[in-house]
Amino acid sequence: MALNVGDKVVFKIFRYDPEKDKAPYYKDYEVTITRTGMMVLDGLNQIKWEQDPTLTYRRSCREGVCGSDGMNINGVNTVSCMSHIEDYDSNVLVIKPLPGFPIIKDLVCDFEDFFNKYYVVKPYLIEKTPPPGRERLQSIEDRNKLNGLYECILCGCCSSSCPSYWADPDYLGPSAMLNAARYVFDTRDEGSDERLDAVNNVHGVWRCHTILNCISACPKELNPTKAIANLQKEILKRKY
Amino acid sequence: MADINVRIEEFDVVIVGAGGAGLAAAVQTGLAGLKTAVISEVYPTRSHTVSAQGGINAALANMDEDYWIWHMYDTVKGGDYIGDQDAMEFFTKNAPKTIIELEHWGMPFSRTEKGTVYQRAFGGQTRNFGESLAHRACAVADRSGHAILHTLFERTLRSDIAPYVSYYSEYYALKLLMNEEGHAMGIVAWDMVNGGVHIFFSYAVIFATGGNTRNFRTNTNAHVNTGIGWTLCAKAGIPIKDPEFIQFHPTGIYGVGNLITEGVRGEGGYLLNAQGERFMKKYAPHVLDLASRDVVSRGMAQEIREGRGVGPKKDHILLKLDHLGHDFIMDKLPGIWELAYKFVGVDCTKDPIPVQPTAHYHMGGIPTNIYGEVIKWEGDKEVPIPGLYAAGECACASVHGANRLGCNSLLDLVITGKQSGISAAKWIREEKPVFPNPPEEYVADKYAKDVIDKLNELFDGPEGTVKMDEIWEDLRDTMQHNMSVFRIEEGIKKQLDIIDGYFEKFKNVGLTDKSKVFNTELVEYFDLESLLYVSKLETAAALNRTESRGAHYRDDYPERDDANWMKHTAAYLKEDGSVELDYKPVRTKPLTAPTFQPKKRVY
Ligand code: SF4
Ligand code: SF4
Ligand code: FES
Repeated sequence: MALNVGDKVVFKIFRYDPEKDKAPYYKDYEVTITRTGMMVLDGLNQIKWEQDPTLTYRRSCREGVCGSDGMNINGVNTVSCMSHIEDYDSNVLVIKPLPGFPIIKDLVCDFEDFFNKYYVVKPYLIEKTPPPGRERLQSIEDRNKLNGLYECILCGCCSSSCPSYWADPDYLGPSAMLNAARYVFDTRDEGSDERLDAVNNVHGVWRCHTILNCISACPKELNPTKAIANLQKEILKRKY
Repeated sequence: MADINVRIEEFDVVIVGAGGAGLAAAVQTGLAGLKTAVISEVYPTRSHTVSAQGGINAALANMDEDYWIWHMYDTVKGGDYIGDQDAMEFFTKNAPKTIIELEHWGMPFSRTEKGTVYQRAFGGQTRNFGESLAHRACAVADRSGHAILHTLFERTLRSDIAPYVSYYSEYYALKLLMNEEGHAMGIVAWDMVNGGVHIFFSYAVIFATGGNTRNFRTNTNAHVNTGIGWTLCAKAGIPIKDPEFIQFHPTGIYGVGNLITEGVRGEGGYLLNAQGERFMKKYAPHVLDLASRDVVSRGMAQEIREGRGVGPKKDHILLKLDHLGHDFIMDKLPGIWELAYKFVGVDCTKDPIPVQPTAHYHMGGIPTNIYGEVIKWEGDKEVPIPGLYAAGECACASVHGANRLGCNSLLDLVITGKQSGISAAKWIREEKPVFPNPPEEYVADKYAKDVIDKLNELFDGPEGTVKMDEIWEDLRDTMQHNMSVFRIEEGIKKQLDIIDGYFEKFKNVGLTDKSKVFNTELVEYFDLESLLYVSKLETAAALNRTESRGAHYRDDYPERDDANWMKHTAAYLKEDGSVELDYKPVRTKPLTAPTFQPKKRVY
């Protein structure tokens, strides 16, 4: 649906302030298209700055790299700053916080559990042999294995879209495991055994049922399902 | 009046800001075994370092012969000779070591055929003192900032540091605490999630709050870049050094301001005016599009001013890169492809990207020496303020002088961040200061009364008759108009009056949202207040500097004036809200290298 400057779109937004609301509710706001290519975040800002300063959401970079503004827009998780309003092909956008995450206020949810799971996979280089005086060498080919893994912005869109993540509160989830793969497949890393141990269980790689929701949710077009499958292969390769 | 949920904690070190500089500092205080609190408005990986694209400079010589002294020369010249050369030497000399360290910590650098760190050309970077282009910017595709921020954060998660570093994410700093002797002793912050005042007492405070160009209409900065570090220090009586030097990046995306890395030009892209002419050959005949940023931005603005801008409004320029080829762009510049496509619908493997000079970076800031210690001046002598440190963009050592070179900012934040952490640790371990430990009962009243009163006033007071948005929108337009690439007395003077008007209006701003939980309206209130102070400091300093140097260009004083202006501005915020200006000597003597004497800058 092509939107022109001056057109109006309704944002139906999930609202909840624990200090005054007994239960969440939806509130409608009219957003005016002010330029072509307007993003959902621009619409939220328009509401906050011109209509209702109480509307609460996270944002920072406004260019899809900080991971602050993961949310659910018309049923799909994404970051609002990189989502064109007109791509939703609808006069109404229903905007909710990330499903499955505890809610703090309006579109802001609690990432503590999500980050704790990220820490579990030891998301840092583990070295056993002391590094050389210069940089470690890595071939272009080996470096390219990290493409599609290192770009994660920890926005939570994937984990929050995963049915296994909702069903099993201990499931590490696609984001944490993609970050595990980030180091397991780094030729410079020497800690893969401990890292694979951390994900080799029913709350780790074996919980994934390749439902693939996480792939379509990732605003960086990363592929957590493939990362998980590669971790599974790596575990089998090492064990047997 | 009721205290707003005050909590008090004690740490060895409090770091304000969890971007690259804050994290580089936390690595050091953590390694030193110091109990460290890192307080940040956002979770660490959401900090604005993440948006840096091009790379980080170091004379590693992976592509061609290179030496730190060449890097230093470029930095001195790029800064239009007002940078402090001791800091510049320290900075460029330590660069190679720093890159190696980051690599060892896992930074996923792009690689050369030999497997070494890949380095690209960037503006203002030359070999042999201006002779030819250098390839000095160590890159992770065009996601170098993301990679550096994540690498530094990950480093603090390892078991040798993690037990010592506590992250207080979504805490907003509201006051710097200083004791009677003028020592820093902690921070008063607002706990955004739970809604409460949190007082952190500590031996040392390190500011690493990043940039503040959200006061311009088009800027590359994130929403969080509102200069709270400058404001808190200025309110505590610390001068801001050189606030008039604001960098306009040549290639912000037209209309929205998102950064398109200079790396595009480093890899062979170039700028075109409406006539399809490579106009940079007029302004920088030797290196064209790879002149330093102030020169390129001025060239672009001049073309626009003379009617050769592109588009119906003739108000922007085109950045052409399709000739680099689809595969090369997708390999080395995938992030900018995405940005151009998403924000202006341009597929840059086929069409040029519309760009314009865009407010980007502050060369000035909280004054420090090369050790990352915040200093004050006694006469012309620099004296460190005990327990107070600053690093990264909010600080000014000054390694960038009047104009920063591309890829020197990531280097700045790792080096000054690290140094501030080392200095804080050294002070605590070696000088063994007495912990500022006031008796519990009096604490909130004595140290945070002003903050608590202000918060109560906002929560209990009226909604206000002025909308923040009104001031903010206006501020962006007027700063853009009067304090941009070209400045002139009349405009700057007018801007000062306009800003005073905003302060008046701001008195009538209140909160609509009275909830204490995650109140982002409250945060924006302090953001806007901070930007008003920042704007005032910038504007007052710009009015006084009657010369053109680096990023500060005066139409009415188009030449650099070394006889009168080879000096740093020290801008003090007075109690009554006025700005007092003082001037301090440039540290022209490097540590070991000979001084680079001012020359006419030609690119
Ligand atoms: S593929 Fe695996 S991780 Fe992704 S949504 Fe499905 S179950 Fe979850
Ligand atoms: S994998 Fe994608 S969706 Fe998941 S956290 Fe990372 S960037 Fe977000
Ligand atoms: S605001 Fe940073 S990812 Fe959207």
